[in-house]
Amino acid sequence: MTSAEFPTALILILGAAFVPLFRGWVRRAWLLLLPVLAFAHLVGLPHGSFGEVHVLDYTLVMMRVDRLSLLFGYVFLIAAALSAIYAMHHDDTLQHVAALVYSGSALGAVFAGDLLTLFIFWELTAVSSVLLMWARRTERAFGAGLRYVIIQLISGMLLLAGSLIYLQQGGSLAFEHFTLAQPGAWLILAAFGIKSSFPLLHNWLQDAYPEATETGTVVLSAFTTKLGIYALARGFAGTEMLIWVGTVMTAFPIFYAVIENDLRRVLAYSMTNQLGFMVVGIGLGTELALNGAVAHAFADILFKALLFMSMGAVLLRTGTVKGTDLGGLYKSMPWTTGFCIVGAASISAFPLFSGFVTKSMVMAAAASEGHPLVWLVLLFASAGVFHHAGIKIPYFAFFAHDSGIRCREAPLNMLIAMALAAALCIGIGSFPAALYALLPYPVTYVPYTSGHVLAQLQLLVFSALAFAWLMRTGIYPPELHSVNLDFDWFYRRLGARAAAGLVTGSSALYQHIAAHAQRALRGALAQGERYYGTDGLLARTRTTGSMVMWVAILLVFYLVLYYV
Amino acid sequence: MIGEHLAALQVVVPLMAAPIIVLVRRGAFAWALTMVVSIASLAIALALLVQVREVGVVSYALGSWAPPWGIEYRVDIVNAFVLVLIGLLATIGGPYAWRSFAAEVPEDQHYLGYAMFCLCLAGLLGIAITGDAFNLFVFLEISSLSTYVLIALGRERRALVASYQYLIMGTIGATFYVIGVGLLFLMTGTLNLHDLATRLGDVAHARPVLAALAFVTVGISLKLALFPLHFWLPNAYAYAPSVVSAFLAGTATKVAIYVLLRFYFTVFGKSEIFDSLPTQDIFLVLSVAAMFVASAAAAYQENLKHLLAYSSLGQIGYITLGIALANQAGLTGAIVHLFNHGVTKSALFLLAGCIWFRVHSLRFADLAGLARVMPLTCAGFVVGGLSLIGVPATAGFVTKWYLVLGALETGHWWIVFLPVVSSLIAVWYVWRFVEAAYFREPGPALIGIKEAPPILLLPAYVLVALTVYFGLDTSFTVGTASRAAEVLLGGLR
Repeated sequence: MTSAEFPTALILILGAAFVPLFRGWVRRAWLLLLPVLAFAHLVGLPHGSFGEVHVLDYTLVMMRVDRLSLLFGYVFLIAAALSAIYAMHHDDTLQHVAALVYSGSALGAVFAGDLLTLFIFWELTAVSSVLLMWARRTERAFGAGLRYVIIQLISGMLLLAGSLIYLQQGGSLAFEHFTLAQPGAWLILAAFGIKSSFPLLHNWLQDAYPEATETGTVVLSAFTTKLGIYALARGFAGTEMLIWVGTVMTAFPIFYAVIENDLRRVLAYSMTNQLGFMVVGIGLGTELALNGAVAHAFADILFKALLFMSMGAVLLRTGTVKGTDLGGLYKSMPWTTGFCIVGAASISAFPLFSGFVTKSMVMAAAASEGHPLVWLVLLFASAGVFHHAGIKIPYFAFFAHDSGIRCREAPLNMLIAMALAAALCIGIGSFPAALYALLPYPVTYVPYTSGHVLAQLQLLVFSALAFAWLMRTGIYPPELHSVNLDFDWFYRRLGARAAAGLVTGSSALYQHIAAHAQRALRGALAQGERYYGTDGLLARTRTTGSMVMWVAILLVFYLVLYYV
Repeated sequence: MIGEHLAALQVVVPLMAAPIIVLVRRGAFAWALTMVVSIASLAIALALLVQVREVGVVSYALGSWAPPWGIEYRVDIVNAFVLVLIGLLATIGGPYAWRSFAAEVPEDQHYLGYAMFCLCLAGLLGIAITGDAFNLFVFLEISSLSTYVLIALGRERRALVASYQYLIMGTIGATFYVIGVGLLFLMTGTLNLHDLATRLGDVAHARPVLAALAFVTVGISLKLALFPLHFWLPNAYAYAPSVVSAFLAGTATKVAIYVLLRFYFTVFGKSEIFDSLPTQDIFLVLSVAAMFVASAAAAYQENLKHLLAYSSLGQIGYITLGIALANQAGLTGAIVHLFNHGVTKSALFLLAGCIWFRVHSLRFADLAGLARVMPLTCAGFVVGGLSLIGVPATAGFVTKWYLVLGALETGHWWIVFLPVVSSLIAVWYVWRFVEAAYFREPGPALIGIKEAPPILLLPAYVLVALTVYFGLDTSFTVGTASRAAEVLLGGLR
């Protein structure tokens, strides 16, 4: 038996069980040790299927090791380690345990070689992650968490239903590539789509993530959606529909991100936007595109975590992340400001930062595969993301008008976590060869050509110019349609507005349904109390006579049925 | 030597222990003897299981009177499995009973409690092992009468009422059963279950046989607390002493289910009687009603033991659903759940006992913030709760899986959704405990409360561990149950 037989996920999940036993620095060391141990376990694993468990006549594969699963395994563990460092200052056992189980189960899902194992870890991520929202212990967080977990559980149910149908119709339990013509494949795609926040299935993300604790959002940002991306890359690579789904995902959140005031919610919108790039890459399905999709997932986990970390630090120190209430924080939190700018530069794909070397692979693939329309929308989305995530976040939080807030710099552990993440972002951007070597397919793509660098810089400079001009003329937030000068005419012609309207509609519908469901549920609960409560019709203590009456009724019922 | 008489010893050992305990009248001795007897029962049951896995059927003629004239003890894989469950839960309950009885039962009644426990054990084992319909009735009465006393030992005076109601209902159930058996005897002239099966073929559609089936069905349904004949159960379980609740919840209804399986599949299985009767449909409807009504009632209970009792009723619905499906996968699910739920629910009742031992209340209002002071008890309870829901990697999931497969096999796709939806209700009632224990601030009732003593926690944790273990490694449970299902379905033509 080699070490590959042991599921890496269990190192984190079983390790979580010991967290409540430790206190103080022992606990901190333990929290950091677990992801490091798991990482050490991954390094040097041979490729192949291991950890086979025989359950219910089926063979479950706990460890399917190949380049794709290893890549996600590495980055998940890096994210787990970073968020462990980031969360070290607090003593909330619930959050520590939930974060470990959550990252462990995401890891387990990545290495799952069959649909049942995938389902088990899929559900476990849902259940463990919601605790990170409820740990904030506010009424709002509780409601958002409840909506979140219900949607995630529905995603799991869809996955299970799809898998069972697939199995029943002659398929196997193996988690391999599906085509949409296969029975059950649509259900599985829908399950993956919920996790990847497909348009109209995305509302849970913006609804729930900003409600988690300052450390919880960092953990959340890394796993759930990227697990969806991994599953899509594994199961639905080359499905053409995904190109268009992804294209829509890159474009529509921009409009919302620009007018949103809660900076963590802005980041949540930019998450859907970045996921769109990955989904496009998966939809294209060529080697370059898939490489780009997973490389971008890798980079995105790091820079998105970095951005959420900087906002978490702001939330911790000032108690708010409302753009209107903040400003001028660079005086109080210079380090955090610096790290945030690194994250912003990465997500905006500045040369020498990680987004530059990964996102461009997807765009190059789109161009070379003959999808000019897709390429143009992606270009527009790149400008948009620079604008709302790259400029808006650091500008409103740390610069803009001085809000007068004077607070302390973030705690040391947070700064260390941010510094590490920032170093990784710059490292990947400056020396992409290391990341490229890990990708599923051999890489021939060269990011640093003069044409690419120049084009990207032009895009960024003009986008920045637009922002500066709009700020100076004081028309910034309301007049969003004139933000992106170059592409303004284009997205109008596309009818992106209509799409945006649809999304607004779906958002309103979602809130509407949620509100109605809650009211109906409350009514049903009260009604239920009447029947099932301790004095209710169906649950109160009965007299012996009435019990005997039921016996008589049933006996007569049987006799009549049998005799007739 | 002993190997030949294992079947007899299975019942005789606990049966003889009871009078010895009453003669000696010492609590400590009674406890020690009960422990020995329980462990012996488990060992014998395991030995029998090993034997039947090799030879198929162990038949023991009591007093060397050959069946079908004498009483036959007949062990096959189905009842060997049930015997192991009973032995296991008695063995786990033994060490727990020491502190639990000390806290809940007056000292001068301890030895009586243990004597009744041995009698109850003997009765339950007897029901499971005997191959004689009338002998089964005798053991039914032995186990029932001792159970009434055990329930009445509960601290609250409401225990007396609960025990009285159970006495009335249990007696009616047993009477119905014996009326049914009498009618069968009238038509066939035999009481041996196996012999009945072969002789019923000739007279299957005679009216007395139909009446017998109705009486036996209702009588046994009462004992297994099938909706709507369940009203006696919640109070009986809630007011009994902790260890008694745990033992009964895991065994009493399960043995009744075994009797039902035996009658439906072995005795009536070979006749054509079910082809013309809607028994299956009625069972389906009642099971579904139990799964939803009882589970919903569980979610509204204010007392933790009441919640567990109502949840038991819902879980029994799963078992009878599997029986109603009557195919290989469904029946496997039913038999696995009989075992898994016995283990899980016993664990939960033992943990509820731990809570009562410290807090002296099981009302949710008094359990707020409990996880801060009793983390281990609460963690175990959550794991057990996850199994009730049927979360993967717990024993409960295995059952759901087979029930769903069984439902798919029948082609009634809508049945597939029933266990899934009803487990959402389970999420709700388990959540109520989680919410109270983990998310609320501790009230004044919890000041100075410590974790339960190890002697109480350890037995409970053994069962919690088994709940997880049987969710991961199903070779023993599913392997045995699927063979049992084959044997039972083999009884059908």
